[in-house]
Amino acid sequence: MPTLPPSRKPTLPPGRGPRRAGPPKARINRKEYTSDQDVRWCPGCGDYAILASVQRLMPQLGVKRENVVFVSGIGCSSRFPYYMNTYGMHSIHGRAPTIATGLKASRPDLDVWVVTGDGDALSIGGNHLIHLLRRNVNLQLLLFNNQIYGLTKGQYSPTSEIGKVTKSSPFGSITPPFNPISLTLGASASFVARTADRDTKHLTKVLKRAHTHSGSAFVEVYQNCNIYNDGAFFDFTERATKADRTVYLEHGKPMLFANGKRGIRLDGFRTSVFDIEGRDASVNEAIIYDETSLELAGIVSRMSQRPDMPRPFGVFFCEKRPTYEELLQEQIAAITEKQGQGDLDALLYAADTWTIQ
Amino acid sequence: MENLPLSTVAATKSVELLDEVTVLFAGDSGDGMQLTGSQFTLATAFAQNDLATLPDFPAEIRAPAGTTYGVSGYQLHFGSVNVRTPGDEVDLLVAMNPAALKVNLGRVRRGGAIIVNVNAFKPHSLKLAGYEKNNPLEDEGALKDYRVFEVELSRMTEEALKGFGLDKKAVDRSKNMFALGLTLWLYSRPLKPAMEWLSEKFAKRPELAEANIHLLKKGYHFGETTEDFVVRYEVAPAPLSPGTYRAIRGVEALALGLVAASSKSGLDLFYGSYPITPASDLLHHLSRYKNFGVKTFQAEDEIAAIGAAIGASFGGNLGVCATSGPGLTLKAESTGLAAMMELPIVIIDVQRGGPSTGLPTKTEQSDLLQAMYGRNGEAPLPVLSAATPGDCFYAAYEACEVAIRHMTPVILLADGYVANGSEPWRIPSSSELGGFDISFAGKTNRKVDGKDVFLPYVRDPDTLARPWAKPGTPGLEHRLGGLEKQHETGDVSYDPENHEFMTNLRADKVERVAQFIKPTEIYGHEEGDLLIVGWGSTDGVIKTAVDQLHNHGLKVGTVQLRYINPLPPDLGSILGRFDGYLVPELNKGQLVRILRDRFLLPFTALNKIQGQPFKASEIVEAAINNSEEIS
Repeated sequence: MPTLPPSRKPTLPPGRGPRRAGPPKARINRKEYTSDQDVRWCPGCGDYAILASVQRLMPQLGVKRENVVFVSGIGCSSRFPYYMNTYGMHSIHGRAPTIATGLKASRPDLDVWVVTGDGDALSIGGNHLIHLLRRNVNLQLLLFNNQIYGLTKGQYSPTSEIGKVTKSSPFGSITPPFNPISLTLGASASFVARTADRDTKHLTKVLKRAHTHSGSAFVEVYQNCNIYNDGAFFDFTERATKADRTVYLEHGKPMLFANGKRGIRLDGFRTSVFDIEGRDASVNEAIIYDETSLELAGIVSRMSQRPDMPRPFGVFFCEKRPTYEELLQEQIAAITEKQGQGDLDALLYAADTWTIQ
Repeated sequence: MENLPLSTVAATKSVELLDEVTVLFAGDSGDGMQLTGSQFTLATAFAQNDLATLPDFPAEIRAPAGTTYGVSGYQLHFGSVNVRTPGDEVDLLVAMNPAALKVNLGRVRRGGAIIVNVNAFKPHSLKLAGYEKNNPLEDEGALKDYRVFEVELSRMTEEALKGFGLDKKAVDRSKNMFALGLTLWLYSRPLKPAMEWLSEKFAKRPELAEANIHLLKKGYHFGETTEDFVVRYEVAPAPLSPGTYRAIRGVEALALGLVAASSKSGLDLFYGSYPITPASDLLHHLSRYKNFGVKTFQAEDEIAAIGAAIGASFGGNLGVCATSGPGLTLKAESTGLAAMMELPIVIIDVQRGGPSTGLPTKTEQSDLLQAMYGRNGEAPLPVLSAATPGDCFYAAYEACEVAIRHMTPVILLADGYVANGSEPWRIPSSSELGGFDISFAGKTNRKVDGKDVFLPYVRDPDTLARPWAKPGTPGLEHRLGGLEKQHETGDVSYDPENHEFMTNLRADKVERVAQFIKPTEIYGHEEGDLLIVGWGSTDGVIKTAVDQLHNHGLKVGTVQLRYINPLPPDLGSILGRFDGYLVPELNKGQLVRILRDRFLLPFTALNKIQGQPFKASEIVEAAINNSEEIS
């Protein structure tokens, strides 16, 4: 089980600390996508960084603002649409995928984004999530995973680790967590990726790719809840440990981490870590990541459940297949071509009829 | 051969003219009774009789053969007179096995006729039906009040199909066609519709088409030649008003009404649905209308079905879903969301017997209070009901009109009886249907701090409906949600006064639907001793009862409510013209509570909770008792 780095001090809200050089234009563009509503997340919440990244990203996507719709469920993350100056809907708990499906299926011209959390998507809305992915509705689904129920003030969530002490589990949670990556791979998602709130560069890169993907793009975003679950992902996001505790997946490249000093290789169906500098090993033994391999994605996704392995980030899986709305439109077009455009009067009379004078 | 002229009737047969007849086909759920009934219905429609049907089948798809709980029935009432119910009493029962006889004997009138498949009355079947000790066909007293015709249906079917090369199972399953042919002969119905239907159904398997048509004719000829039947009946055409007619099932009419609303409004129909009895047929029908731009979405559950409809409606489509009682419960939270966001959707509830899974294939009217109040918070909605199978078309159309005009979810209540039942339906021309006034918001609607802005909750002064702004419209970007809205801006608001104001405003909006309700029609006396107030599928049986009550010297009128919320504005003045009130419902008394609450008058409830529609006689009796108590 990963442990928190010792003596980690509360940090400034992302974006307010010492910043790395970013594209200067992005700050100006962010305004266009910022609504007039006050952002009400707790100071220091990881959601701020994600919101800022998305607001900066949107103008770069080549989509008209009026064609963008953000749909959410319930939870802290689901306040997201209020802060985006686009069309949006803050719906009910767990049901955002259903609304997004109806919207996108009937309006394929729109650019639809679903924002959800670990409780919203994996607990109350679990059924909708898997069916959305199976259908491959062309949209982006961002799951802000903070491994806790924040808005209801700190109960364990479906991604909380076993033993987690929370308000509703004072003696430790006894339920094993979902691994969202393995789960969505199992649900036939055509695009599965993971990123984190504190690495806005990687976050932006992954979201951009998710947007390019035609089909349901599932992005798990590790998000820090500094009130109820502070530091849950610090192993993977803080400078002291990040290099040793994470591995970034890149298609066609070897799985290396710890600044290229260690690699991941396959022993049968199991992954293991090896030292590149060791006597018996060479860099060639590392897995060359293949994001088109569902099998490999499955194996690599399971590293998340092993404390001895670095946590994988990046695009796990990407597959090109027809979207739900494409197939729907195609079927309608084909039948309309065959039968002709429907005529209401003809339909009303389409039965055995008789006339009374 | 296609049109067997009446002159071929053997000279020994006399012909008797009847005003109305009720026939009940009953057998195992695998005997094809629904099919036999619907084909007899079609032939009857062709004979231009008025008619009403009551399919009555078990929830099990193929219940164990020969059991009483596996009996499937199809009752049909037809006549040269106005027919509004499937008939209180059965004139002819066709019983394919002992269980079918056992279950339905009580519905046959004294002196009525029973055709039994005598080959099925074997020890094992008799035992399954609970006749192990006394075979009713051999027991002198058991059927003495009825005219029983023992017909060797199974044996004659086997003989007739020799040489067709069908296996035993296929032969056995065909015997309903023999029964159909015989019954068609008995009531002088044409064979042609059933023959055409068989040719079409088995177009890819001509040997089956040929065998079934052969059998149908054999049944017909048997009636002609056998000495058992000395009388044959005729029922003259009914005086239906001029027009072109078709037979229509309620569920089919619902589907057509939705397509018509889509076509007339220019909005694409998006239908979200999860399979549930008895609403699934709506999905089956609509999924065939792809060339009308209809998108049907079979969702993962009831909640997803309505969620998708809401999403489609947000996108500017006609979002519709249909379900039955348990599904309406699951949709409750989403319905509240649509009420809060003030988006138009139509939710059709084809009610069945409850609670819980209850009686999935039986009819009931017990979801009225759920439709009215079954949501958290104060979330009133327009609630409409469908009166007859044909009326389902207009009810669905009107529900769409109300949803769009008032920007609100609308619940339309049908039930198993009205959805599965059928009647002759005068086909309207699309030009007869009212038009839709669809105006999507296209520009900003307020000036705030010198800036033109779009406020999503600025309202129409008459209807209080808010504007419908489709995503894709530049400058109108806005956010909707389930949190309480600030008046006009639609921003999230926790302000106490605003919450009360908005709650009242939403209720007022629904109340204002009343100004569009047409004047209430009273059937029977316009004033007098008793007003019977009904809603939904009790329409036909109440009117039949009112006709009968006139013979009892009572001044009785009836109104059938299309709108239960809001109630028609003229209902109060109508009530004032009567001395007593009777409210028949297939529930424990739901409308009656709403009426008592609203009018504080002494309404008498008449309730039936048996999964079966009322008989006219039950309402007549209650009306007479009620009047005696008053006087």
